[in-house]
Amino acid sequence: MEKRVTFNGWLLPFCLIFPQILISAVFFFYPAGQAVWQSLFIPDPFGLSTQFVGLENFEYLLSDKFYRASFATTALFSTLVTVVSMVPALFLAVLADRLIKGASTYRTLLIWPYAVAPAIAGVLWLFMFNTRVGVVSWYLGQLGYDWNHVLNETEAMGLVVVSSAWGRISYNFLFFFAALQAVPRSVIEAAAIDGARFWRRFFTIVLPLLSPTTFFLLVVNIVYAFFETFGVIHTITAGGPQQATTILVYKVFKDGFVGQDLGSSAAQSVILLVVVGTLTVLQFKFVEKKVHY
Amino acid sequence: MAQVHLENVKKRFGSTQVIHGVSVDIEDGEFIVIVGPSGCGKSTLLRMVGGLESVSEGEVRINNVRVNEKEPMDRDIAMVFQNYALYPHMSVRQNMAYSLKIAKLSKDEIEVKVAEAARMLQLEDYLDRKPKELSGGQRQRVAMGRAIVRKPSVFLFDEPLSNLDAKLRVQMRLEIKELQAKLGITSLYVTHDQVEAMTMADRMIVMNAGFAEQVGTPLDVYEQPQTLFAAQFIGSPSMNILTAQLNGGHATLTNGAVLPVDSALDVAVRVGIRPEHLITDPDGPLHFTVSLAEPLGANTLLHGKLQGSDDAFTANLPGIHRFDAGTETLRFSIDPDNIHLFDAQGGNRLN
Ligand SMILES: Nc1ncnc2c1ncn2[C@@H]1O[C@H](COP(=O)(O)OP(=O)(O)OP(=O)(O)O)[C@@H](O)[C@H]1O
Ligand SMILES: [Mg+2]
Repeated sequence: MEKRVTFNGWLLPFCLIFPQILISAVFFFYPAGQAVWQSLFIPDPFGLSTQFVGLENFEYLLSDKFYRASFATTALFSTLVTVVSMVPALFLAVLADRLIKGASTYRTLLIWPYAVAPAIAGVLWLFMFNTRVGVVSWYLGQLGYDWNHVLNETEAMGLVVVSSAWGRISYNFLFFFAALQAVPRSVIEAAAIDGARFWRRFFTIVLPLLSPTTFFLLVVNIVYAFFETFGVIHTITAGGPQQATTILVYKVFKDGFVGQDLGSSAAQSVILLVVVGTLTVLQFKFVEKKVHY
Repeated sequence: MAQVHLENVKKRFGSTQVIHGVSVDIEDGEFIVIVGPSGCGKSTLLRMVGGLESVSEGEVRINNVRVNEKEPMDRDIAMVFQNYALYPHMSVRQNMAYSLKIAKLSKDEIEVKVAEAARMLQLEDYLDRKPKELSGGQRQRVAMGRAIVRKPSVFLFDEPLSNLDAKLRVQMRLEIKELQAKLGITSLYVTHDQVEAMTMADRMIVMNAGFAEQVGTPLDVYEQPQTLFAAQFIGSPSMNILTAQLNGGHATLTNGAVLPVDSALDVAVRVGIRPEHLITDPDGPLHFTVSLAEPLGANTLLHGKLQGSDDAFTANLPGIHRFDAGTETLRFSIDPDNIHLFDAQGGNRLN
């Protein structure tokens, strides 16, 4: 049964939602509006005046091959981050779910990485893979592999993906673990009696029952990969080598704050907003249909 | 079709022992009911047969093959759970087909078998529904269907009817029994409901605190309960138990009444008298004061006390009787053949 509260008058309900509206207005609508507004202008080289150019910023962007490359980079990067942060998390959660003794210790240890800020995680990984003093790159050197993410685009991409996904594994693990614990034991037992062995049970029973969680994490992780990985990329590769790890949000920063092209940067923000918004809507529309609540 | 043998089966969870050595030989096609109060270890025993719980000691054999170390899927069993444990994301059809698919049957074979099971259980109209779109009774049927499509050697039921309302329970009880008889599949059925046990069982195992108190046909257990516990647990309303001293063919109750008994022993005993075995007799040795009468139509239950005793006492008289509660006194006698004698210490049967 649905429970609804009805209010007489508008004052109380307005007061109740006012803080939320205020926060959205100050931190989302106002800057978003500013971005849309600014995307229609270009400032002069000294930043003293601006000139209205309509949609020219957008036209320019879409014909810019670096910008289009950044789109491809973002798609690859966010797919990889999502996969690399979700698959191991699920695997670890399945292992933890089977544990009887020591499960809580194991869980606590697995949660720690989540407490590390992305930029710090970036620095950590950077130290390990530093081409001159990094521990891992030294060992790789001993094995005859010459690690150099400063020059090698694939290695750079690999490093930022792993650094970004690393902390998220903890976060995803928590959700998967809770969801696994909620799968009724007797359903699993029924499947075992019906003849399904562990992995078969996992793919035909457990995974479908986890789908609401998986879907939620998918949305959240994609948004994370799009926006919050900025710190990692900034500390590790600064978008390089060349443009290899310049994802859209990094390009907004680079063109806007480093390149001082505020008009283009604003236009990019708007595009980014639209892309992520569309992606989320599409996910809810199509993927959610396959979710069993 | 299979025989099942339990040989001195024990179960420990850590240091607590919950099953203390249960042995029983189950014939091919038999319907065995495991009955006992909550927490006595019924489910644990069943789950050990199913391979969902390891066996701490002793041996479980299905078709004369030791299965202690075998996984559930290698035991050729099917189980119906109390909460049905249907796969919530699959339709009724998929639920029933799941095991067949795993067994790699062809699509046509699966369809035939599922259709047959659905027909037997009157589920044909619901095949494409999800479990959450079904009523409790229908879900119960699907759980049954999932068990029968495969024609396993052994059926295991863990209180499959306890979530249903009283009327449906009676109906499903019959259906399960009929289905089992038709398929002839050896079954173990757990319940805490002694009426279910009496009506369904070929033989029952009466369990108490991890011990099998008695194994026998319902009438055996009713007529010759081997322990005080079995005597009190089986039968409704339950047996009256009185403390007495035996001497030379008589039992002297604590209130002074003397009953003739078929025993030459000279010991302290507990005397068991089923409420339905009391005979109204103006010269009877038992003086009974009625405090509450429950007219059930075909018979009347009288609750009250024996004179000079504080223990509750129940009588079950055929037909309709009207009594003035609190004042009316009756006298009963009883056929010595209907008196059950139990050891005052161990509770074992003496006659
Ligand atoms: N996993 C476990 N760990 C420890 N003790 C357990 C475990 N499972 C069951 N027990 C104990 O074993 C005893 C028997 O439990 P079981 O579930 O077999 O009872 P039951 O006869 O089926 O009762 P009910 O009618 O309430 O279902 C109980 O005392 C219970 O506390
Ligand atoms: Mg139980």
